[in-house]
Amino acid sequence: MFVRLSAAIAALSLLTGSALAQDAKPTDPQIAHIAYTAGVIDITAAKQAITKASNKDVKAFAEDMVRDHEAVNKQALDLVKKLKVTPEDNDTSKALSKQAADKLAELGKLKGADYDKAYVANEVAYHKAVNGALETQLIPSANNAELKSLLQTGLKIFQGHQQHAEHVAAGLK
Amino acid sequence: MWPGRTLLLLTALMLGAMAVPAHAATIQIVMENLVVSPAEASAKVGDTIEWINKDVFAHTATARNGDFDVTIAPKKTATSVLKKAGTVEYYCRFHPNMKAVLTIAP
Repeated sequence: MFVRLSAAIAALSLLTGSALAQDAKPTDPQIAHIAYTAGVIDITAAKQAITKASNKDVKAFAEDMVRDHEAVNKQALDLVKKLKVTPEDNDTSKALSKQAADKLAELGKLKGADYDKAYVANEVAYHKAVNGALETQLIPSANNAELKSLLQTGLKIFQGHQQHAEHVAAGLK
Repeated sequence: MWPGRTLLLLTALMLGAMAVPAHAATIQIVMENLVVSPAEASAKVGDTIEWINKDVFAHTATARNGDFDVTIAPKKTATSVLKKAGTVEYYCRFHPNMKAVLTIAP
């Protein structure tokens, strides 16, 4: 459990770190794509949790994730439409999606309390990694003021989710 | 014209007025971009709080001591009447990084 979690965190930070480092400063269309992808990943994981989780707090947390991330992504889509920006797929988005698909398959094999713990632990790690990427890379790189502001709201939401996930995780012990 | 009825109506109005505390106020607390403002507010028992959620996300105002737990839907306003005095720290259950304090005088 601990080893698996550490591996996930390492992979995520390595991934966001290296993928972004190759392309030192992502462009706004790339940033929009990364942020949207990060949201979709969490919604997919939450939908799996809604069907698989046994603990009611875990299930409620997953429902919160779907609701909030869908709301953020709707705002993101509205903004790119308004700015006439086409989100552009990139290595970071691809790496994030690949990593998430692997994690989803791994979680899919677990059941009951094992699943609940692993899902919540991954939510803590995932939000932490995304927050790191937002703070150090995406927000400083964003050119458009409205995009930057949406990312800043996104960061606050994600920080809230991280704390919420940590609280749920503490309740599972 | 109908003295009996008028008197009855007046009595009812007065009784009604007496049931409501004399200086009950309405205080607005706004949640916008995951920030609660004012972060520190003062009120009295009997006052009404209007919780205004300007975000597209649902929020809650959840007292740490269990005195209140209000859920505010996206872009909606919820109201609650304060029943107990005290300095109450509250937060949003969905986004626990949203925190504020409400001081309620008796």
